[in-house]
Amino acid sequence: MQDKIHASYKQLEQKSKYTNMFLRWFLYFVLVVFAFYFIFPLYVMVVTSLKTMEEIRQGTLLTWPSGLNFDSWLVAWGGRGYGAGDTFLKPYFWNSIKMVVPAVFFSTFIGAMAGYVLTKWRFKGDKWVFLFLLFGCFIPYQAILLPMARTLGVLGISNSVIGLVLVHTVYGIPFTTLFFRNFYVSIPSELVKAARIDGAGFFKIFFKILLPVSTPIIVVTIIWQFTQIWNDFLFGSTFSFGEAAPIQVALNNMVLSSTSVKEYNVDMASAIIAGIPTLIVYVLAGKYFIRGLTSGAVKG
Amino acid sequence: MKTLKIEELSKNFGSTEVLRKINLEIDEGNFLVLLGPSGCGKSTLLNIIAGLETINEGNVHIDDYNVSKVEPKDRNIAMVFQSYALYPSMNVRENMIFGLKQAKVSKEKIEEQLEKVSKFLQVDALLERKPSQLSGGQRQRVAIGRALVREPRIFLFDEPLSNLDAKLRVEMRREIKKLHQQLKTTVVYVTHDQTEAMSLGTNIAIMNHGVIQQNDTPENIYNKPSNTFVADFIGSPSMNLIKGNLKESSNKVSFVTHGSNIEIPINGYDFKENYNLDNKEVFFGIRPEHIFFKKSNEEDFEINLRADLSEYIGHEQIMTFNFENQEVLAKFPSTVKIDLSKNTKLFFDLTQISLFDAKTEERI
Repeated sequence: MQDKIHASYKQLEQKSKYTNMFLRWFLYFVLVVFAFYFIFPLYVMVVTSLKTMEEIRQGTLLTWPSGLNFDSWLVAWGGRGYGAGDTFLKPYFWNSIKMVVPAVFFSTFIGAMAGYVLTKWRFKGDKWVFLFLLFGCFIPYQAILLPMARTLGVLGISNSVIGLVLVHTVYGIPFTTLFFRNFYVSIPSELVKAARIDGAGFFKIFFKILLPVSTPIIVVTIIWQFTQIWNDFLFGSTFSFGEAAPIQVALNNMVLSSTSVKEYNVDMASAIIAGIPTLIVYVLAGKYFIRGLTSGAVKG
Repeated sequence: MKTLKIEELSKNFGSTEVLRKINLEIDEGNFLVLLGPSGCGKSTLLNIIAGLETINEGNVHIDDYNVSKVEPKDRNIAMVFQSYALYPSMNVRENMIFGLKQAKVSKEKIEEQLEKVSKFLQVDALLERKPSQLSGGQRQRVAIGRALVREPRIFLFDEPLSNLDAKLRVEMRREIKKLHQQLKTTVVYVTHDQTEAMSLGTNIAIMNHGVIQQNDTPENIYNKPSNTFVADFIGSPSMNLIKGNLKESSNKVSFVTHGSNIEIPINGYDFKENYNLDNKEVFFGIRPEHIFFKKSNEEDFEINLRADLSEYIGHEQIMTFNFENQEVLAKFPSTVKIDLSKNTKLFFDLTQISLFDAKTEERI
């Protein structure tokens, strides 16, 4: 009897071993497939941008380029050097930088302040204020295009980088406030009480005590806002044109307005250039992103 | 002159009444403990004294000066919080001098204070550390230090020990007691732990539902609870409250429970009001530690009760007896052997009893 039970345990043990092994290999298989699936377009883009038009015509999408040929990158960035009709990214890249830096700064700062007030200086009706701010997260951008265009017109800043800064700041505030509120909720209010007894005022408590411990959420907000604003096409194409357009709009114009032949290599290089800044931000601050998001999610 | 005086203080949060007509006074150098179950309003009262909460009605005076509308920083108080509330981005030194810097005290004076206090609390070796690098006890000391450097008139403590583990809590309790003995500063201390309250306070104010139930010395709180709430709240296990009636005949008062022929004589009890005692419905209160298994003095009342339950806790045991279908708990040394389900001879120490009106639940 005893032996029988032992034998059947052995069998079960073997069985569970095989099941686990199978599941593990299956998991790896799925992961590898998805990894390939996601990396493939990037591979095509990079490879194509390094080919000459001759190579593109002769080879397939997947063929390896003959050498490191950055000509199309230079064209995408700086143009060919002849006058009219030569669109290239350089001026629009700076337009985007001029738009994204102040917009990220202001929306983050205002969000931090609002989150601070909504958690540490509660007032009557603060819940409603927060609720209305949350609505801002859910309003589709298309719905406000016309009123916003009118507002910019009245303010006299339509078709300018400043106008785009304003739009993106306003549209960033609901998200940044939400981030900061959820982060500050997890910070004990006793800190604020202690600081008040120590004689610190509203701004001093914010700058000296809360802001120094907010690094994770600041990084999260910056990444979020930077990605949103840098990649935005709708506001950019609606509220600006020509000289004042941000890079995503320029990229679109460039790709669509090719005169005779489609220059795939230049198009690919342009697309990569337009995506590089967000990649850099993710690489530099990515680990904070995961950490900050989860800490906010769990405690908020 | 009272260091702290609170008059007719009321506080509502919306429609919920948190504090109702609180009156409280503290003399210079006293240690007042606000004790009560959670939600009784004790922390709100402390926050009001600190100026962190507004008042709906009534006044707070510090040194005879009405501070009801004065900012926390100008009230000459310092507070130690449950979570310590040390500023996470600053090191110990910056934490301790933050308040003095805000008050624009001279550099020399700040250094002098910092050195004195950090030596006194033995945190002088930790000055460059961040709060996250300190142990629980060290954080506690720094938090006290931050309060001390300001040389306040009143120290406010908000459950400062409840975040510590049991052993450290007892140690820090002793340190706070020593601190108070040395500095003789006035203290208001909030806790829900009766041992802390008893061992630290020169006065204890027991609160429930936003009302002070009794404000007295620890001895009086323990020996002469003013109502059944206090009697029940203080002591572990709490006081036995046996329901029954008083009987008065030829100037002799005695206590009888329903359906029983046992008469417990009430001699030499200090009645508040000495009339209309006959047939009064009362609670007969006796603490578990005042029931003995052998005669302790002449006044002891001998009684035979059946033992139902025994709880062994090392140095002592808590026995549950059946007294006319009411539970009576007694505390004995664990060396005493008592058989369950059998009648045992017990002695009630009648010099230690309390009587409460069964209707008003007030002491009579």
